[in-house]
Amino acid sequence: MDLKLKIWRQKNASERGRFVNYKISNISPDSSFLEMLDVLNEELISFGEEPVVFDHDCREGICGTCGMYINGRPHGPDELITACQLHMRKFRDGETIVIEPWRARAFPVIKDLMVDRSAFDELMQDSGYVSVNTGNAPDANTIPVQKEQADLSMDAATCIGCGACVAACKNASAMLFVSAKVSHLALLPQGRVEAKKRAALMVAKMDALGFGNCTNTGACEAECPKGIKLTNIARLNREYYKASIF
Amino acid sequence: MSLAGIFLITFLLVHLGINLLVILNEDPMVFNRAAHFMGTNKVIKIFEIVLFGGFLLHIIYALILQVQNWLARPKRYHKMTRSDTSAFSRWMIHTALIVFAFLAIHLADFYFKAKFGDVGETSEEGVHDLASLIIDKFQMPGFVIFYVASFIFLGFHLIHGFQSAFKTLGLNNKTYTPVIQVLSILYTIIVVGGFTAIPIVIYFQ
Repeated sequence: MDLKLKIWRQKNASERGRFVNYKISNISPDSSFLEMLDVLNEELISFGEEPVVFDHDCREGICGTCGMYINGRPHGPDELITACQLHMRKFRDGETIVIEPWRARAFPVIKDLMVDRSAFDELMQDSGYVSVNTGNAPDANTIPVQKEQADLSMDAATCIGCGACVAACKNASAMLFVSAKVSHLALLPQGRVEAKKRAALMVAKMDALGFGNCTNTGACEAECPKGIKLTNIARLNREYYKASIF
Repeated sequence: MSLAGIFLITFLLVHLGINLLVILNEDPMVFNRAAHFMGTNKVIKIFEIVLFGGFLLHIIYALILQVQNWLARPKRYHKMTRSDTSAFSRWMIHTALIVFAFLAIHLADFYFKAKFGDVGETSEEGVHDLASLIIDKFQMPGFVIFYVASFIFLGFHLIHGFQSAFKTLGLNNKTYTPVIQVLSILYTIIVVGGFTAIPIVIYFQ
């Protein structure tokens, strides 16, 4: 495949960035999107130019490190995958691919396509945990948990914190991320105790970090590589109201 | 935001119910009496203040949230979003501005005229002839088109707003959300259909 790439290049956080056009040829349709970028970077290095910086780690779609805005969609034109699991066969030969970093005030660009997502870590450090004493690991089945609750909790816990929800949201809101964290803890007995308080604290922290507000547009759900559902946001809201009313 | 929205949603139904009297009833006095009641009844007068409060709350909250949302993404994407979302939900603030402009003109044309202007009295004491005022206004094709267009934009606003309000209030699950979504479409069709029918029917009568 021959492709035209339009990639956001930015030296560092303080400098203004710009788009740079690249041409790349002989790309296998079976290669992954990040492998295609590796090929481009090898070429750039051989010309003595700076390679394009992008985040990546496991390349198995489970770590949540990679993430870029490809042709108007976080993680590119495929469903339920991260950018590393995107394959070049999803593109047409000769297509122009526009690659941008996540855009959000809370996710400042570090360099090129790499953004600083420590806002998510700060959220978790602030209040995204269980602080009551839950004792030692209990014997199996001593604390009954409904199968449905356990499943919903596990679904929410599959969030890998990649930030695609924030990137996709027209308001750069972190509601899907926060709701996933609140839900996965609130649905199980150990996390249930502090569910209200946790929701209120995490929402306050989210606002303080400069994320936007939720307008139920659903772009987050559409782009989440792990299929986290909007119903989690409703659960977060319920916990939040409980905290503010009772 | 969502509570004020749902309050305004119920208000629209009341407003529509009374307005439809203009075209559904041959005798204009039926509407005039209804309007007189709405303009003079003590309970309704209190609710009028609540209604203005609802509008104000909805608008002020919307402005604050929208500014926060714009600030949350100082640098916008070069490529327009291709995420699978409804266009109505993405254009809420824009449809809101059109509806707000309509509201200002609408209040000036009817509400303030009925309250403070000189609208001719009918044979019954104290009852103003608002029906004639409405019928006169809707003889102008430009005015009819403006009203119809405004309500179509209000429809775009409602089709997302109705179901979004319930999600914000924490009601979003597999059982109720599909029902709410059907209701939001039905409600939008009734409100937009009803309100646009009035100027169109009057114009062609």
